[in-house]
Amino acid sequence: MLRFTVGALAVLGLIAALPLAVHNEYWFFAGYVVLQYIVLATAWNILGGYAGYVNFGTGAFFAVGAYTAVALYKAFALPLGLQILAGAAASGLLGFGVGMLTLRLRGIFFSIATIAVAIVLETVVLNWQYVGGAKGLPILRPAETPFFGNYTVWLFFVMALIALVAVGSARYVETSWIGRGLRAIRDNEGAAECSGVPTLKLKLGAATLSGALMGAAGAPYAQYLSFIEPTSSFSLNHAVNALAMPIIGGMGHWIGPVIGAVLLGTLQQVVTVTVSSEVNVLVVGVMLVVFVVAAPEGILGLVKRWKKASSK
Amino acid sequence: MPQVAHPAFLVMGAYATYVLAGFGVDPLLAGLLLMPVFFVFGLGVYQFYYSTFEGRGSDQGLRGIAFFFGVAFIVQVGLILVFGVDQQLVDASYIGSSVEFGEMRVPERMLVAFGVALALTAALSLYLSRTFTGRAIKAVAQDEGALRLMGANPVRIKRWAFGIATATCALAGALLIIVGPVDPNLDRLYIGRTFCVVVLAGLGSMSGTLVAGLILGVTESIVLSTAGTSWAPAVAFGILLVVLGVRPAGLFGR
Amino acid sequence: MEKSLLEIKSVSKQFGGFAALSGVSIDVAGGERFGLIGPNGSGKTTLINCISGVLDNDGGSIVFDGEELSGLPAYQRTRRGIARSFQIPRPFASMSVLENLVVPLEYVVHRGSLHLADTEAEAMEILRGIGLADKARTQSNQLSQVELRKLELARAMAARPRLLISDEAMAGLSANEVSEVLEILFKLNASGITIIMIEHIMQAVMKFSQRIVCLDAGRIICEGAPGTIVANTDVQKAYLGA
Repeated sequence: MLRFTVGALAVLGLIAALPLAVHNEYWFFAGYVVLQYIVLATAWNILGGYAGYVNFGTGAFFAVGAYTAVALYKAFALPLGLQILAGAAASGLLGFGVGMLTLRLRGIFFSIATIAVAIVLETVVLNWQYVGGAKGLPILRPAETPFFGNYTVWLFFVMALIALVAVGSARYVETSWIGRGLRAIRDNEGAAECSGVPTLKLKLGAATLSGALMGAAGAPYAQYLSFIEPTSSFSLNHAVNALAMPIIGGMGHWIGPVIGAVLLGTLQQVVTVTVSSEVNVLVVGVMLVVFVVAAPEGILGLVKRWKKASSK
Repeated sequence: MPQVAHPAFLVMGAYATYVLAGFGVDPLLAGLLLMPVFFVFGLGVYQFYYSTFEGRGSDQGLRGIAFFFGVAFIVQVGLILVFGVDQQLVDASYIGSSVEFGEMRVPERMLVAFGVALALTAALSLYLSRTFTGRAIKAVAQDEGALRLMGANPVRIKRWAFGIATATCALAGALLIIVGPVDPNLDRLYIGRTFCVVVLAGLGSMSGTLVAGLILGVTESIVLSTAGTSWAPAVAFGILLVVLGVRPAGLFGR
Repeated sequence: MEKSLLEIKSVSKQFGGFAALSGVSIDVAGGERFGLIGPNGSGKTTLINCISGVLDNDGGSIVFDGEELSGLPAYQRTRRGIARSFQIPRPFASMSVLENLVVPLEYVVHRGSLHLADTEAEAMEILRGIGLADKARTQSNQLSQVELRKLELARAMAARPRLLISDEAMAGLSANEVSEVLEILFKLNASGITIIMIEHIMQAVMKFSQRIVCLDAGRIICEGAPGTIVANTDVQKAYLGA
């Protein structure tokens, strides 16, 4: 635990020092997206990779975080930190709610419910004029920027912080007895239950944590874009990415989603700029299918196999 | 079986009909002609799914779902790349005209679609209850081990069922584009409607599916006329969530 | 007469129109070696599922050490001291043999309060007792059938139960292996654990049990000492046909 905390602080320090070396704002703008996906992928993996329950509605949890932040900002001019906490709380509650509804049933019901929740909430937001409805709402960034002088850089730093919290939580869950319980649920839920594992409680906990982290990732979104509207917030891309990145990176270890997010996130930025955004989306879909079929343990799995083969 | 790509195949069927209609083929005929093509396609997809995923291992279920999700996504994006995001229509002799029933005017294409859909449902129902393969399909859902002992191969049965299901996508897709314009994002909407009907009806009941479909259709129309089009997509999913919470076995499920 | 540890009172269970159990009543005393036999489909595993909480019984009640079990989720029943092995082994496939045992040790016995190293040492003890110590670090999906059955038993033992239900743990084992498992069960019983054994291997059941109940089509058709059971004509009919 100590080693990780030291490492995390070092990374944070490095990120804080970046603006001294890098002056082009674009890097921070693009980097924010990659960091955001690290959070989403890590969060998805806590319920999906560790426990085996597939969430197709990442967009909903992300957007709930974003819109909660927007609503509170518009109503009370809440500072960013509180917006993030509120967004996390709202999405955590959503995760808990969906969990209560469906985690007693077979896994596929949970997955379908997440799609349902995404569409229902998107429809609700489309009709909610207070936050702009279908047209969207422009958001004014606060006039003052703490520390970095440039608001985009500040948001980048904040997202890096959230990413470290996400990865830290995932690591804690994974290495503790909680992680072992989740793995038992994934391997054989019936046997886990008879071995004393409180399956429903653990699943609900994982769903709530996963949702909360996704909400935290979504909260700064409006300030990042200076605008918020439903289609990009609820976008199916979030769902596909949050699912593809852990599968491609490797679902069994907390570093897998990070690898997947960095690789896929950067690839997407490149393709969107050079080719087109539709092709970019197609690339993700194809890579997902390829990895699911040929390399189910992701890049981590491939590395493991390669290491075993070369040590013979 | 986690076939979340089914609505994507449905939209694919609609677009295939559109392409054939461009060559002058009547859309209904196109749908029927496409059925064997889709059937074979379905067999192939299931064979691939089975040989890749139905092995031992703890996350095969997850991989299966993820696989079909990826396929659905690729189909959707593929359609966008080929046809664009705009809506497409077809034309036929029964599109555009209406039939009068006393005081009501019903668009003729709706009647055609309704009739064909009813016929398809009846045919499937008969198939499942009267033929050997049909009953084997129902049996495989209940007790695979027993079926194996009786000499039937569950894998072939499931593959056959998958083929039939995909073939119905061809005809259903044709009906879809006859009834109204189609765009590639429709499959998201239809995932909701399909699952809503299935969950509401409960697994295993064909007549239940019909009733559930009616309930959904009527509710959507009511919402459409009272609250407006912006609320309509949520109806199917809303009903789905309520059913899951209150009575997950559905109205007619065992 | 020892106090009853497990009282099954008039339990029934239906699946649709099929009555898997009808009015089954059994008393198992603390420390007893109890045998449950019956032809395939007679309801033995269904009864075990109702006791362990995998299924909910429709009628009647199940009382364990004075406490009514109905409505309790399975993991609570395990924590109260009921452990079972599964007829078809259900290992945690992605985990090693050792880890498989760590799960119940952590969740039933220690509730996460012990260091992993200590829990693993405890698990190794159990593995040594059952002859699986050399496979401790092997992934459980690479075990042979026999080893899987031993793992099932070991995992149930790791829950430190007061009542252990062994569901056909010996199916498909050689004569030597059957004696091995039998010896383990005798040892467990000697240390105070009540054991319910479901088996088709008659010599094993007769040798092991102090009392036997025979089920057929969801009902009890005979109850008593091994000698009584063997002589009973209803039992013979159930197994061999009319």
